[in-house]
Amino acid sequence: MNQHEIDDIKNLLKDSLRPVGGLELQRDLWPAMLRRLDQPAFRVPWRDWTLLAAATALLLFFPGMIPALLYHL
Amino acid sequence: MDVLERFAAGDLEAFESLFRQYQGEVYRWIMRIVRNSATAEDLTVETFWRMYRARAQFDLSKGTCGPWLRRIASNAALDHLRRSRHEVPLPDDLPATAKQPPAEQVELRREILGAVDKLSPPLRAVILLALVEEEPYANIAQALGISENAVRVRLFRGVRVLRRSLSQAGVHA
Repeated sequence: MNQHEIDDIKNLLKDSLRPVGGLELQRDLWPAMLRRLDQPAFRVPWRDWTLLAAATALLLFFPGMIPALLYHL
Repeated sequence: MDVLERFAAGDLEAFESLFRQYQGEVYRWIMRIVRNSATAEDLTVETFWRMYRARAQFDLSKGTCGPWLRRIASNAALDHLRRSRHEVPLPDDLPATAKQPPAEQVELRREILGAVDKLSPPLRAVILLALVEEEPYANIAQALGISENAVRVRLFRGVRVLRRSLSQAGVHA
């Protein structure tokens, strides 16, 4: 690949996408930051708990899978 | 004790001072990668949240938190692109000086935006930053935590993938 091919793609992109890096922030985000700081640091989604429960149940009912699981980890 | 030392010690007023000083710069950097103002605002807050949580790891000897923040911002933006891949297409922002007929131009633009959307987040970020925003390779490398040579490699790979996608769509660059 040469610089000419990169320039061709660059020209195509610039015909469709304007640079946005110069756009200014329209509002102060500090109030949103304060709200974020008030939220709990870490939350586990309920789907992850469900998956964990299912995996635990599977290993309890089929303990023979444990060595195979350990082998693949 | 200066503002960075107080921030590292957990002083909220020092954090607010840094936030107000850097929020515009962080927003503009994220905007270059995600190209959506609402998302860039959310990710700006996320960036400072990550910075605040990692304040104990900040190296005070560097004397500034700008490059560190830009690195965190880039990671937050890439994480967002990974999560929302193929869900949020690039905005349709045609420049006013289109030379081709509108229908043809619209179709071409759609193909190009679609091809960029298909890129993996690391390639997409480098392509947008280097070719659209014309950001120097050194800035991109520092923000992504990779070498300038790695930026070039990602650029070549991204251009190759784009050319292939566009060629399959009948657009020849």
